Amino acid sequence: MLTINNLHKTYFGASPLHVLKGINLHIKEGEMVVIMGSSGSGKSTLLNIIGILDNYDEGEYYLNNLLVKDLSENKSSEYRNRYIGFVFQNFNLISYKTALENVALPLYYQNISRKKRTAKAMELLERLGLADWSGHFPNEMSGGQKQRIALARALITNPKLILADEPTGALDSKTSEEVIDLLKDINRETGTTLVIVTHEQMVAEKAERIIRIVDGVIEQ
Amino acid sequence: MNLGVISEILFSMRRNKTRTILTGFSISWGIFLLIILLSAGNGFKNGVTGNFEGRQSNTITINSGYTSKEYKGYSKWRRIVFDYQDETLLREGFAEIDEVVPVYRNWNNNVIYKKKAITNSLQGVYPERQRFENVKILKGRFINVTDILERRKVSVLADKDVEKLFVDEDPIGKEVKFGEIVYQIVGVYKADGDWRNDAYIPYTTAQQIYNPSKQFSQVNITVRGLDDVESNQQFVERLRASFSRLHDFAPDDYNAVRIWSRLQDYLQTMSILNGITIFLWIIGLGTLIAGIVGVSNIMLITVKERTKEFGIRRAIGAKSGSVIWMVILEALIITTIFGYVGMFLGIGLMEIVNWVLETTGVASNGEMKIFVNPTVNLGVVISATLVMIIAGVLAGYFPARKAVKVKPIEALRYE
Repeated sequence: MLTINNLHKTYFGASPLHVLKGINLHIKEGEMVVIMGSSGSGKSTLLNIIGILDNYDEGEYYLNNLLVKDLSENKSSEYRNRYIGFVFQNFNLISYKTALENVALPLYYQNISRKKRTAKAMELLERLGLADWSGHFPNEMSGGQKQRIALARALITNPKLILADEPTGALDSKTSEEVIDLLKDINRETGTTLVIVTHEQMVAEKAERIIRIVDGVIEQ
Repeated sequence: MNLGVISEILFSMRRNKTRTILTGFSISWGIFLLIILLSAGNGFKNGVTGNFEGRQSNTITINSGYTSKEYKGYSKWRRIVFDYQDETLLREGFAEIDEVVPVYRNWNNNVIYKKKAITNSLQGVYPERQRFENVKILKGRFINVTDILERRKVSVLADKDVEKLFVDEDPIGKEVKFGEIVYQIVGVYKADGDWRNDAYIPYTTAQQIYNPSKQFSQVNITVRGLDDVESNQQFVERLRASFSRLHDFAPDDYNAVRIWSRLQDYLQTMSILNGITIFLWIIGLGTLIAGIVGVSNIMLITVKERTKEFGIRRAIGAKSGSVIWMVILEALIITTIFGYVGMFLGIGLMEIVNWVLETTGVASNGEMKIFVNPTVNLGVVISATLVMIIAGVLAGYFPARKAVKVKPIEALRYE
């Protein structure tokens, strides 16, 4: 699914920060991988690079056998829309849109008609048991519900890869477990590759494979 | 173009009503104020210039009065009256003078028809008077040359007086008594407020009956070739000097002979009106700039506030172009709709004002109209709206371009 060879990333701020120091990583299609590491280890940076939200300085990153390097902004958007679904720690739902509209939004950028978008989003919400909440706005929902809406939004384009950055970071332990179980179910049912960044042991325990990043390199 | 964009934008506008209305309000308000200002200016201009309309503007009215200064042994408050000498002076003494038409007024006569009576002034006039004063004949005719030559006892009455004297009768051909003397009514004219409702009779008739001394106190002249305030002023001074020599009053005694040049009045009024127009334009442009600043500010803040939303949209697949395009279209739609609303309200209000003025006549105080047809040039309003729309779009475009230049991951962190 994705291959990373000797990837380097430096943030050029007031004092340059060498965050990723030669990452080598291969993730197979259908895998559920957890990336762990202390804060500042570079795990989120790695996830952002995998998600084409950020660029890298050195090395190679192949997504679905396509070299992702120095892509134009538009090409990145297109790849994100076609291959990747995101789940964020703070949900990142659009506040003035209802659950249904948030879920349907990625399809808007695939030029799918409103009618079809709505139908597909509704179907997905029903599958996730969130149909009753379709007309609600994000601020009317609990953290767990919001995260499940965000997950539905990530799933609606049938992506090959779902990236979750601390998906349970803003949730209590019970809800966290529910969300992770849901992610795991999706991984098993649809064969979607799943990469989760977390520092929670509970999440790690559910994964097939754990990658630990320490100080910008993968710990073997 | 993809219609989905429009529906997505209209939808986002509906959900963010406050933002939409705040952005739109500065546009509507700016256009509204601009229309009110320019319309009011135009209304004032139309009203004032309307008072000159139809009247010959090259006329000068000369009234004799009382001396207000001692001069050459004469005491103050000596009555000056005109006679044939003055008429000759005017006819022969000035190349600029075209026509000389004296007017004789006889105050407070009883006008009697059957058992009804009113009090009014008689005015002995020549036919030219109609042209000078733009007298509008409603029925019959004005005093003509034959009336003058034959010294006929005929009269042209104001419609106001006719209404008082005649109930259901046609006044033309009827005989009324001015004091003891019988006149036949040959015409009815439209009175102009309280200012002009004298009964017109032929000048020669008036001289014969009321004024055997052939003296008179008012004369109208028309002049040629005096096109600016300066030359008018000089001519009036020369005229006054001549009268001063003829009647032995101080050359700077403005009360002895009063000279009123309509052209000078007209030219001065025009220059004041032009000043007012320029002033209104400056305020109007100020209003426009305030509107532009207002809409730009709100667009700037709005786009900045939406940086995170743009980050989310880009993370799930929006291209930078589509985000910028969304902002531009949204600005375009808001400014156009609200610009139109402002135009509609402004023009609507002025139409209502116009209607009220026309039906109630509050804008004319009887003698002068001061506010007529307050409308504005549509081209000006549309240009102003376009300027606002362009400003709104640019004010959306630049921050939006900046917002999509940052990496999506940074935009997502934006709070």
